[in-house]
Amino acid sequence: MKLLQRERIDFAMKLIFQVTGLLVIAVLGGIFFMLIWNSSAFFSEVKPWDFITGTQWNPSGDPIRYGILPLLVSTFLVTLGAMIIAIPIGIGTAAFMSEYAGSRIKNIMKPAIEMLAAIPSVAIGFLGIVVLSPGLASIAGLSNGLNALNGAILLAVMALPTIITVTEDALQGVPHSFKEASYGVGASKWETLTKVVIPSAAPGILAAVMLGVGRAIGETMTVLMATGNAAAFPQGFFHSVRTMTATIAIEMGEVPFQTTHYFALFAIASVLFLITLIVNVIGEYFVNKFRKFHSS
Amino acid sequence: MDQEHIKLSAEGVNLSFGSKQVLKNIDIAFPEHQITALIGPSGCGKSSLLRAFNRMHDLSSNARIEGKFNLEDQDLYEKNISVTRVRSRIGMVFQKANPFPKSIYENINYGLKINGIPKDQRPGIIEKALKESYLWDEVKDELHKPAITLSGGQQQRLCIARTVALRPEVILMDEPCSALDPLSTLKIEDLILKLKKKYTIVIVTHNMQQAQRIADKTVFMYLGEIIEQGDTGDVFNNPKNELTGNYVRGRFG
Repeated sequence: MKLLQRERIDFAMKLIFQVTGLLVIAVLGGIFFMLIWNSSAFFSEVKPWDFITGTQWNPSGDPIRYGILPLLVSTFLVTLGAMIIAIPIGIGTAAFMSEYAGSRIKNIMKPAIEMLAAIPSVAIGFLGIVVLSPGLASIAGLSNGLNALNGAILLAVMALPTIITVTEDALQGVPHSFKEASYGVGASKWETLTKVVIPSAAPGILAAVMLGVGRAIGETMTVLMATGNAAAFPQGFFHSVRTMTATIAIEMGEVPFQTTHYFALFAIASVLFLITLIVNVIGEYFVNKFRKFHSS
Repeated sequence: MDQEHIKLSAEGVNLSFGSKQVLKNIDIAFPEHQITALIGPSGCGKSSLLRAFNRMHDLSSNARIEGKFNLEDQDLYEKNISVTRVRSRIGMVFQKANPFPKSIYENINYGLKINGIPKDQRPGIIEKALKESYLWDEVKDELHKPAITLSGGQQQRLCIARTVALRPEVILMDEPCSALDPLSTLKIEDLILKLKKKYTIVIVTHNMQQAQRIADKTVFMYLGEIIEQGDTGDVFNNPKNELTGNYVRGRFG
């Protein structure tokens, strides 16, 4: 009797965990399906090619234009800027923590970096509006500093924790024997770092960069607050831009339900989903390659 | 023993990691062009002593080292001596073969590049080093293949070639055969015996037979201290100390 009861509980638990596990997949599938379904409604009216290559985004104007190239370029510009700033700082910080810092400094830096990752994006956006953008405006002599560069700097700050943490893991994962061998032939710390440690950790560092890119592309609130949101075709870092994420966030609240404009926002989301998916898959690919390299 | 030229020596060495003392008041001297074996049970400090000579303990922040280390007349821990120079004069071969994740050629080239040897001289030096390590015939057609494709024994010989290429005066070997099969071990021992003509060699080993096969001098260490040192034959056949006798006869270890 008692044994039977235990077996029943065992079976019920297995079922529950199975359901929770499948639920995650169902949610992902549901989101994917919703995006595709609504996007297809849009693409029955506007050709995908025109959507991607159109240089004007003007869904409420006359004539109506659904071209997301300016949004794509804005996202690309802000992400590129963020990576130009974040990659060297991130790798440098990781290298310092992994190779140079004593345990005391490391014990301060690690939680500090984790805290940086915990700051809500709206707070970082606020920082951009209040502190960074006036500063940029006065340096560059602009009327206001809400531009691509402002967004890029803030995104760099937000991508840094990911880049630092993953890069540091990669550097730590380099077998100690490689370093010893390098020191053993008379190499200095710098030579060992640049010629042995970083090349050995390259797949992991690449993964870190990809994950950072994914973070920057998908970020919404900060860029919405900090980049000025002009939907005109971006001219450069000192001009106002409007990313894909910001466009969805701004327009979704006021668009009439089930209009072409409404479906267009889903189409943007699908494109975004596709881009982050590709970036993440590439990132994961390198993370796995790195793991294999070290387990063997 | 008195007429022998002392190449490498240490006096009054104490080494501790944090609060743990691993070497206690060590005095030791290594004669030139001879092979000296350091033996003793695990944890007796023989590897730590070996690594002190090319200043590998500089890399651990909690290591505290005192004593006088000399290579000929050069104080190895003198304030303004460059540690990279010390390490190119005193080469090291590690327990596990640790080739860089680069090609066979690059593995040797790396050290040459770092030590500023002109580009046009490097191929010749690399060939010579590989010949000295008896690896040349096995790898001459595949110098640009990744070093990890070599067998364990070949990798260790590559690591020796990498060390030899820099023309060090002393080669430190930390259990170089412990991860190898008997055949590869014999090849390495053969190589070590040939290298002794040009270099002074200090080798840490757990293998009593190996020490007897190749070493001129043997030093027995126990719990961070030197218990006995002398000619290999004497240490193994007429040990003065009871501990040494018990260890070399395999009663503990």
